[in-house]
Amino acid sequence: MTLGANTAAAREIKGGVDDPWLPHQADAPVPLENPGFAFFTPAEAAFVQSATERLIPEDDLGPGAKACGVALFIDHQLAGAYGRAGNWYMQGPWAKGEKTQGFQSRMTPADLYRAAIKAIDEHTMSAQGGKLFADLPVEAQDAMLSDLEGGKVDLGGADAKTFFQMLWQNTKEGMFSDPIYGGNKDMAGWKMLGFPGARYNYLDWVDRHGERYDQPPVGIRGRPAWNGAG
Amino acid sequence: MAQRLPGVDVLLVGFGWTGAIMAQELTAAGHDVLAIERGSWRETSTDFAPSFIQDELRYRYHGHLFEQTAQETLTFRNTPDQTALPMRRLGSFLPGTGVGGSILHWNGQAFRFLPYDFEIRRQTAARYGEAMIPPDMTLQDWGVTYDELEPHYTRWEELCGISGQTGNLKGQKQAGGNPFEGPRSKPYPTPPMKQTYGPMLFGEAAASLKLHPFPCPSGNMSQAYTNPLGVSMAPCTYCGFCEKFGCGNYSKASAQTTILPVLMQRKNFTLRTECEVTRINLDGSGAHATGVTYVDAHGNEFEQPAELVIVCAYILHNVHLLMASGIGTRYDPATGQGTLGKNYCYQLTPSVDVFFDDKLLNPFVGAGALGMIVDDWNGDNFDHAGLGFIHGGYIGGYMTTGRPIETELLPEGTPKWGAKWKQAFVKNYLTSMSLSLMGSVMPNKANYLDLDPTYRDVYGRPLMRMTYDFKQNELKLQDFAMGKMVDIANAMKPREIKKSPRGPHYDIAPYQSTHNTGGAIMGVNRRESVVNRYLQHWDVPNLFVVGASAFPHNSGYNPTGTVSALALWAATAIRDQYLKHPGPLVQS
Repeated sequence: MTLGANTAAAREIKGGVDDPWLPHQADAPVPLENPGFAFFTPAEAAFVQSATERLIPEDDLGPGAKACGVALFIDHQLAGAYGRAGNWYMQGPWAKGEKTQGFQSRMTPADLYRAAIKAIDEHTMSAQGGKLFADLPVEAQDAMLSDLEGGKVDLGGADAKTFFQMLWQNTKEGMFSDPIYGGNKDMAGWKMLGFPGARYNYLDWVDRHGERYDQPPVGIRGRPAWNGAG
Repeated sequence: MAQRLPGVDVLLVGFGWTGAIMAQELTAAGHDVLAIERGSWRETSTDFAPSFIQDELRYRYHGHLFEQTAQETLTFRNTPDQTALPMRRLGSFLPGTGVGGSILHWNGQAFRFLPYDFEIRRQTAARYGEAMIPPDMTLQDWGVTYDELEPHYTRWEELCGISGQTGNLKGQKQAGGNPFEGPRSKPYPTPPMKQTYGPMLFGEAAASLKLHPFPCPSGNMSQAYTNPLGVSMAPCTYCGFCEKFGCGNYSKASAQTTILPVLMQRKNFTLRTECEVTRINLDGSGAHATGVTYVDAHGNEFEQPAELVIVCAYILHNVHLLMASGIGTRYDPATGQGTLGKNYCYQLTPSVDVFFDDKLLNPFVGAGALGMIVDDWNGDNFDHAGLGFIHGGYIGGYMTTGRPIETELLPEGTPKWGAKWKQAFVKNYLTSMSLSLMGSVMPNKANYLDLDPTYRDVYGRPLMRMTYDFKQNELKLQDFAMGKMVDIANAMKPREIKKSPRGPHYDIAPYQSTHNTGGAIMGVNRRESVVNRYLQHWDVPNLFVVGASAFPHNSGYNPTGTVSALALWAATAIRDQYLKHPGPLVQS
């Protein structure tokens, strides 16, 4: 270090003199340890559980989003940096933009979920005999989700299409990402597809054309059997 | 007030792949080099450990190795009459940040451009007549030839241990390689990767149509390899976490796996991390760079004097830094005057999905550059008379990954969610693959980069503004190539196929490729280009601008090989010519 105190936020590494590696630099992911909801209110959690279960329902192929913990996964994402849009350019001015100009919502994901769920529940309360979305029959839930997808519902300040796209993307993430983040419980999403997870070496399978891969999936923290979870 | 620091001989702005190449070449020749990098140090064993790098959410979707738009982004519009809006989330392309840059998360698809590419205007006019080039297509020769770059392509391939099947050795065609490639002075350093089932089926289908399939040249190692610097790499394990991820297995060519272990031992090399260069400074004449201004992570500003400044950032930042520094004349699409920001190009990547009933493809057994290629419709490898477009692209049958959030191939008519979506996803996940075009993009006078009038970055500088859309050349190429992809797909005898074209308008949201090119292009004269054939700035001879920003058009290949060859070509000119006699290397 040759520049003194002013460079505390930066580093200077001299070739052949300094070691660029720092102790404790390994940047492992932070597992979800708290099994409770950190962001959603009970009503919001009920909405997300029922809506995501319609997007990926339980059937004879395997569990759906609810049993896989997708709502808990989304909750913890919204409670963290993703929910705050911490990495995104969020300076104005704001405009809706052309279809080809991508995400232009002034709302962070956390704001968008909060506002959209409230508006959807208010909408179903007035249009569906005083019922919240979570209490509707599944056909009515599907119709509502289709309307959101098509941008046919006025959610006040929240854009229905943007919300639907985010909910659907986050649902797939919760269903198929590593179980360390709270979704994909017992790797059920991976097992359903036949995806082996965080394995790192398939050299013995490169030549085995057309054969079914026979090893169970593993996650970053091993597999359920190793952790006593079955 | 910026604190003024002691001067240095050679200063590199950005320490990704081209910065590492430049630092290695110049320090080996005995010069003192300082590199300034906005990101942090990154190391294979700690940052990409195979105990956690296989994390699709964190790396693919939360962009752990990518640039954050909160820190740096641009505004985008399709046409000059629209209002550009910020790219608030990364989508279409994924620039990297940190030591090693974007090559940390590249696929490893390691191509050379065709000899045709470097003389595209001259050769097009000679074969078809000038009328083949539309008036709005600002097509230019590069000012360097394939033969001049060939030794540098070879050196790059040896640094990286590129795996491949040679198709043209000193003019002699070699069986199983690409018969259309320019002549190579040496074969690939390592043999091609083994192909899994999907690419093999693609290759067989292509051969049945009398095409010329060959294995993708790969920066994923087919075997253990030690490069000419003495740095060793390990065989690829086909883990399927390659593109968008760092390789924890030392199996993918990058700055970390090929150059840094040697460079970081040199006492004439210094690296300053977590510092962002905000401006290149000029003296009163405007024709001499005095150094740069940079800001550290606390916002402290420094002035770093230097005798020679080499800009080695990602292409968009190369161009933005020149604009923010007021160096050169910005391109005006209305008049065609000016050069900075001109000939911005991207890539055209339509695909055809192929669904089998009876073939288990195990897509998770993959690698970034694992696939078979046909080059029969790339460049000028076929007669374009009457087709209404020039150039082309290669068609690839890759098996790069089965990561389940991103890998969603569904037949035509499948609902987008719900029970039927789930059934279709489960049914097709193990038994489908995608064929894709790496399509060229020709420059157009209405596709360019300049500065946004409204939006600002974290330093208060105007964001760069991108104006870009697919033009007739691309749309006609797409129609043509789609027909060829459908033919190959059908020859694979699947249950069904699905066409996934791009456009008609470019959309900045879906991921397509990180192959942005142009904006600070090279050329034969100062009227048409920003830098000369050695990537030296025409107006400021002690300033070089290295990277895909120099490409006058984008070819039908992945750009990394050509970026690297140009960096080595420029480094050689700086070392052997410029530093011995500083001044313009080309008289204008």
